[in-house]
Amino acid sequence: MGSRSSHAARIPDVDSIRRETGFSQASLLRLYHRFRALDWNEKGYLSRVDLQQIGALAVNPLGDRIIDSFFPDGSLHLDFPGFVRVLARFRPVDDEDNGNRDPKEPEPLNSRMNKLRFAFQLYDLDRDGKISRQEMLQVLRLMVGVQVTEEQLESIADRTVQEADEDGDGAVSFLEFAKSLEKMNIEQKMSIRILK
Amino acid sequence: MGFQMLVPFGPWNWLFLLVALRCGGASSDLNESTNSSAQPELNVRFAAAGSEPAETVSVFALDYNYVQIPYEVTLWILLASLAKIGFHVYHRLPGLMPESCLLVLVGALVGTIIFGTDHKSPPVMDSSIYFLYLLPPIVLEGGYFMPTRPFFENIGSILWWAGLGALINAFGIGLSLYLICQVQAFGLSDVNLLQNLLFGSLISAVDPVAVLAVFEEARVNEQLSMMIFGEALLNDGISVVLYNILIAFTKMHKFEDIEPVDILAGCARFIIVGCGGVFFGVIFGFISAFITRFTQNISAIEPLIVFMFSYLSYLVAETLYLSGILAITACAVTMKKYVEENVSQTSYTTIKYFMKMLSSVSETLIFIFMGVSTIGKNHEWNWAFICFTLAFCQIWRAISVFALFYISNQFRTFPFSIKDQCIIFYSGVRGAGSFSLAFLLPLSLFPRKKMFVTATLVVIYFTVFIQGITIGPLVRYLDVRKTNKKESINEELHTRLMDHLKAGIEDVCGHWSHYQVRDKFKKFDHKYLRKILIRENLPKSSIVSLYKKLEMKQAIEMAETGILSSTAFSIPHQAQRIQETKRLCPEDVESMRDILTHNMYQVRQRTLSYNKYNLKPQTSEKQAKEILIRRQNTFRESTRKGHSLPWGRTAGTKNIRYLSFPYSHPQPAGRDVRVAEFTDHDGSDAEVPSIMFNTHSPTGSLQEGRRTQEIIPMKSLHRGGKPPHLGYQRNRSQEEQLGRGRRAVLRPKPLFHAVDEEFESGEESEEEASAIGSRWSTEHRPGRDLHRSHRPLLQRK
Repeated sequence: MGSRSSHAARIPDVDSIRRETGFSQASLLRLYHRFRALDWNEKGYLSRVDLQQIGALAVNPLGDRIIDSFFPDGSLHLDFPGFVRVLARFRPVDDEDNGNRDPKEPEPLNSRMNKLRFAFQLYDLDRDGKISRQEMLQVLRLMVGVQVTEEQLESIADRTVQEADEDGDGAVSFLEFAKSLEKMNIEQKMSIRILK
Repeated sequence: MGFQMLVPFGPWNWLFLLVALRCGGASSDLNESTNSSAQPELNVRFAAAGSEPAETVSVFALDYNYVQIPYEVTLWILLASLAKIGFHVYHRLPGLMPESCLLVLVGALVGTIIFGTDHKSPPVMDSSIYFLYLLPPIVLEGGYFMPTRPFFENIGSILWWAGLGALINAFGIGLSLYLICQVQAFGLSDVNLLQNLLFGSLISAVDPVAVLAVFEEARVNEQLSMMIFGEALLNDGISVVLYNILIAFTKMHKFEDIEPVDILAGCARFIIVGCGGVFFGVIFGFISAFITRFTQNISAIEPLIVFMFSYLSYLVAETLYLSGILAITACAVTMKKYVEENVSQTSYTTIKYFMKMLSSVSETLIFIFMGVSTIGKNHEWNWAFICFTLAFCQIWRAISVFALFYISNQFRTFPFSIKDQCIIFYSGVRGAGSFSLAFLLPLSLFPRKKMFVTATLVVIYFTVFIQGITIGPLVRYLDVRKTNKKESINEELHTRLMDHLKAGIEDVCGHWSHYQVRDKFKKFDHKYLRKILIRENLPKSSIVSLYKKLEMKQAIEMAETGILSSTAFSIPHQAQRIQETKRLCPEDVESMRDILTHNMYQVRQRTLSYNKYNLKPQTSEKQAKEILIRRQNTFRESTRKGHSLPWGRTAGTKNIRYLSFPYSHPQPAGRDVRVAEFTDHDGSDAEVPSIMFNTHSPTGSLQEGRRTQEIIPMKSLHRGGKPPHLGYQRNRSQEEQLGRGRRAVLRPKPLFHAVDEEFESGEESEEEASAIGSRWSTEHRPGRDLHRSHRPLLQRK
């Protein structure tokens, strides 16, 4: 199984990662173990292929996009800080965080806005800040079974964009996206309990 | 109600019964003594046929007594099955009440009929029938379907809760009732302490799994389900052990003679009985796993071996006065992993279904006995005893839940919330186990047995009906689900996306458990156990041809349903798009929302979903299959357009026969067989031959040069889930059949097996995930990963 050290000192830059992401020491250790477990030939970084090894992702309709979200800006290598940064988005929101937060500091990675941004980028592949009808249609296609015809999908996509689009440009910007989900409990939906 | 269709069926048979009785005029008991009476019957028949000069040769005669027992038993089981069908026909019913309610009702119905027709042979269940025939299948099924990973991860909590909980409940209820009995006004002073303790032990045998199905959809988290399941599993064993020990005490001598030494001996015996049972179970599990290694040529006896060894473990343990229940459970748990890899696919399915069937039959019969015993004259109603029993059951369960969990929460990484504890408290539904134990109390030692039986019945009926029906709403209430029905389409879509996203990220995170212990065990397992217990070189030829057939068929089906049609995946022609914003009327929106709701893919369930009475239908197989095919297609599309892929046509035409690695162009479904962590599947993977398909596509644009397809035996993946086996292969020949111009070019023929239920079984550790991965015909590895492919082989050795 390789030399799996359980010493936190082995994690490079552990303190800066902790500050940035807000993970506890124990969680970081676990994530590090997981990172190394995924990196089975011990390159020190993860590539797309390593993440594709996770079989369960293969049958997730959004598997590809999720993997892509770990590799922002087209990079091919994912190091541990990058890995943790993505997972930090899914930390449960601690109510105290918001109270004591210094408004001048950047928002914590697991704030509601950041969670929404993460979800937004799953739709917005071309990163133009808007979800076009086309992109909505593509996502719909991924998520819906084959019984739905193309025409139905298109009309659903139309309707989805139409509902959220307020300024009438035929696309959903991030703010419109956030507004359409204002009633949802995003903090709970996009939080993973074990990532304390 | 389902009963309506039973009504026309029922009276006919019972009418027939009555007629037969009048004609037959014999009465017998429905136990082994019937055999003896059947014998003279038989002789009489033959005698009549032979020597006696009867009046005439009867052209049409009725001999009901000959078939009475099997006939009636069959009728009851059929009745219960019909009721179950009716129960499930109404979709909302299973969510409202647990199936035990139904069984109890059926039992009561049968009891009423028997009582009403004054049938002379009410069925009698005696101790040996119950303990030897009816109980083992129920316990075996529980042990077999238990998901091992969550169980062992939480084993500390489970043992603490199940073991101590049962003890606290038993002694608490017993002592409290004893105190009540001391009160002269209730007229119970002849019930001594031992009897009360015994009653406490039998009434504390819960069956919480029965309610699991009711709140399954509320997405109870994995730990909670595991606690409930674990408790159900161990609770039976512990109650029976306690029961036997206390009966031994009762038989021993009078209460006053019991000394502390005896009590110590009792405790020691408790421990020995428990551990000894487990020990024997494990031994038998290994033996049977070892034997299944050699059964490849006679796969028809594989289920037999599994069942017989489990049963044998039970019997051997019982012989030595150890706990047979724990033995059979341990046997099932040990044996499952290895047996699943060894036996053939059909044997595996047979084992699963047969186990469900046996346990379902057993439970039905017990409930019928219960029903019969309810509707009868042998009750003794004592208000005080019964009311206090009910009260104490609830009180002590609450005490034990909250106290024990409070303590165990201090040691847990993820403590159980109060909400979880409430759910566990409320799921303390009694079931068939308590009734059987009460029924089998020896009358000689328990003069007031009827009262005990009545009290037990009241508790069972109360908990099954009242608690069973209200637990659903309670869980939903506690879950604080959004009752906002009017979700816009946006919200629905986005929430589903987020659910999928969350599930995906959870998969990336994997399972966090006690790595060290698990790793050590895996190493040991890999190094020694698997070598001994798993078959070598599973033969593939027959499997291969079978899969090809399967895949061809499925591919054809898929083409027909339009999956492979170009429209589903084509890039929409922009030219045809007319961007108009249509104003949709509300009905359209409604229908749109419906379409969306019903057709969106379900999120993969990570928690175990165990249903005691049924094996879930394999709907998400289809979903997984669709998703994978789609990914294949889109990926192929993208590669066709010349996206940069570092892997070229490396394969060439080398016909390398690697036993475990497929090569070809990279696929998102890159389900490679990995060695390092996925120790559990190395064995099976390395034994898989690869099959080469030299497909030369007409256009030859892609790396179609050489594809290695790997057919991994489906059974190599079973982890407490159902076998997927949907091999899907788009064959070249099939391609030609379909003749799809655009697509025909690019069909790398991946061979993959849609896997789904593995997901639901909650076995989502890395191994399983990659096992699922490795199930996929791992297609495509570029040539330069050759070194990687060597690795597993080397490492394996």
